[in-house]
Amino acid sequence: MQKSLHIDPGKCTGCLQCESACSLENEGMFNPAKSRIKVFNFHDEGRFVPYTCTQCDEAWCMQACPVDAIVINAETGSKDVLEDVCVGCKVCTIACPFGTINYNTSSGKVVKCDLCGGDPACADACPTQAITYVDANATGLDKMRAWASKTDNATNG
Amino acid sequence: MSWTRKLLRVNLSNGTVTEEALNMQWANDYLGQRGLATRYMVEETDPACDPLGPDNKLIMATGPLTGTMASTGGRYSVICKSPLTNAIACSNSGGFFGAELKFAGWDMVIFEGRAASPMYLSIENEKASLLPADDLWGKSVWEADKVLRTKHQDPQTRIACVGRSAEQGCLYAAVVNDLHRAAGRSGVGTVMASKNLKAVVVRGTLGIGNVENPEAFMSATKAGKAVLAENAVTGQGLPAYGTQVLMNVINEVGALPTRNMRETQFEGAANVSAEAMLEPRKSDGKPNLTTNGACYACTIACGRISTIDRTHFSVKDKPEYWINSGGLEYEAAWALGPDTGVDDIDALTYVNFLCNEDGMDPISLGSTIAAAMELFESGAITTAQTDGVELKFGSAEALCWAAEVTAKGEGFGRDIGLGSKRLCEKYGRPEFSMTVKGQEFPAYDPRGIQGMGLAYATSNRGACHLRGYTVASEILGIPEKTDPLESDGKAGLVKAFQDATAAVDSAGLCVFTTFAWTMDDIAPQVDAACEGDWSTDRMMEVGERIWNMEREYNAKAGLTGADDNLPARLVSEPANVGPAAGRVSELDKMLPEYYAARGWTSDGSVTVETHSRLGLPG
Repeated sequence: MQKSLHIDPGKCTGCLQCESACSLENEGMFNPAKSRIKVFNFHDEGRFVPYTCTQCDEAWCMQACPVDAIVINAETGSKDVLEDVCVGCKVCTIACPFGTINYNTSSGKVVKCDLCGGDPACADACPTQAITYVDANATGLDKMRAWASKTDNATNG
Repeated sequence: MSWTRKLLRVNLSNGTVTEEALNMQWANDYLGQRGLATRYMVEETDPACDPLGPDNKLIMATGPLTGTMASTGGRYSVICKSPLTNAIACSNSGGFFGAELKFAGWDMVIFEGRAASPMYLSIENEKASLLPADDLWGKSVWEADKVLRTKHQDPQTRIACVGRSAEQGCLYAAVVNDLHRAAGRSGVGTVMASKNLKAVVVRGTLGIGNVENPEAFMSATKAGKAVLAENAVTGQGLPAYGTQVLMNVINEVGALPTRNMRETQFEGAANVSAEAMLEPRKSDGKPNLTTNGACYACTIACGRISTIDRTHFSVKDKPEYWINSGGLEYEAAWALGPDTGVDDIDALTYVNFLCNEDGMDPISLGSTIAAAMELFESGAITTAQTDGVELKFGSAEALCWAAEVTAKGEGFGRDIGLGSKRLCEKYGRPEFSMTVKGQEFPAYDPRGIQGMGLAYATSNRGACHLRGYTVASEILGIPEKTDPLESDGKAGLVKAFQDATAAVDSAGLCVFTTFAWTMDDIAPQVDAACEGDWSTDRMMEVGERIWNMEREYNAKAGLTGADDNLPARLVSEPANVGPAAGRVSELDKMLPEYYAARGWTSDGSVTVETHSRLGLPG
């Protein structure tokens, strides 16, 4: 069963545990600046929104790469960057409509979420379940349940 | 490791910015943040110096756990000599600024001297420079933040800034970071402004990769987070209600100081409580509270994100306040509410916004306004001083006006900016000032919570709840329940809380974790992060060492055991209502026991034996 990162901004408190966990997993240090997941704080609106790669099926970044450095991980469905193939041309960062693939000045390569190979550190670190790793076929389940509970005869919302 | 082992020294008088190695011997003895920065103050400043003169220094300091994934590990403190108390000041703040400073590669920044004209410090990793801030002077924190953010063009920049109140010499001005987190108490913002330093802008992308034992650290911090999540206070109460969960609780036990601490219960407490913040309001159907928010790495998330009712008189013509921002915490809500007799939650939220916008400590502001209201009631001040405003207990309009003029340093606002002690002395009624060592009380009446009376009287930074929070034991039963009306045994309790808190602060953690954590939960996190062995016993010894070092600094600043006192109202006027009715604070009984427990002389001096046992400087 393939799984997806599922984000519920309503539960996010903006603590950045996810960003620290991501940078620890991937860069070996606590460093939100190098995190592949980002939490945006919309101050005036009072909202915190975590945001990362959605692992598009037909990924723009993958299509755009001139050296085929972005490949599908058959097990998790993530689109992974092959560091030794990437030439750091950044075309993928232009192609991605969501801005979730980025250039890393330290390595000279691009970096993106690879679902930590199937055990995403961000979801593990999130203290409020704003980030979960769920069945890719049912990322809408929580929303469906919430709306279903608002229909007339529902009692266990 | 976990310390970056580097500090930045900024001499504002000659404009130099230099890198320096952190004194690791001191780091081993004082851990970091509060303890370590105070050690630098002891070494480098004359405790008798003028707090607002160039000889005072101001240190922004992180702890070894700041910036790590330890829950609440995002804190920094601002340390200097206080202009409000003339004692050592150390004000702790959360948000994201402290962690960013660490990510930029710095354990602390020491500011010395005074700039000839307004400046701000910009830090981008190892690059740090002093830049002109003439265009920022005269601007509020919120305005200055906007200008700096535009100028630096990096949305991830973190900013700590002082507001107009600090520039105007308000003696309890705060350093505000991330728009609504503050190093709030004791006038650390006033000292920053006295140096002509408007702001510190920091961006750090180096990260922290030198935790001593990463595997043990992740396992210890994960265990710690589980303890916080499972605890009723840190796992449920604080996220849902914030510290405001205490408003109704403290009122019920008869320890909610009311109308300048004349009474101990407030009839309007429910209207300004956490529960009231969740009630949909009539105008737009929305509650005061939008959501809870966390500081860096905090898995508790007690922060309040609130709005003000747009139809409320305070903001109906001011759309700039129709936003979400930092909402009411318990101490602020108490000082601005019950202590002034005002039970209008929108007025309180508005004034809380002003405190963040212009950098004022809401506890000292509210308490000073309460004292001014009693002065007004007694006739010591009249509408001649207040620009025609009827400064009466219970008046939301008067409260909002007083906060506005203090934020800008206009008219009578300059008197309110003096703090309660100097204000009451100026108008000939010193007995109306509810202060210890010149600093205003927080929200627990020592007649109804006996341990807090001793904690206030002996706090090294003047009346304060964050130096020894015995409320945890006396009201909430943490770690074990003691009778709040009983003074027996409180000396030892106060000492234990004071020492533990000094160590928690110095690690870079938030003291709110101690609702759930004991030192046995904290020490393994420090031990895994730092070189050397950090046991519970060593942490408590470091805490005790810090406490005594602060005490000796204050002694050299001219404070004595005679300053370990409470206002006459609290030791001679019995509480009039509630469970504490008929009681006064039994400070006279607890104080000698406390001095003995500390190993001090009967007049409150650190003995030679205690000094050498703890290896204190000098």
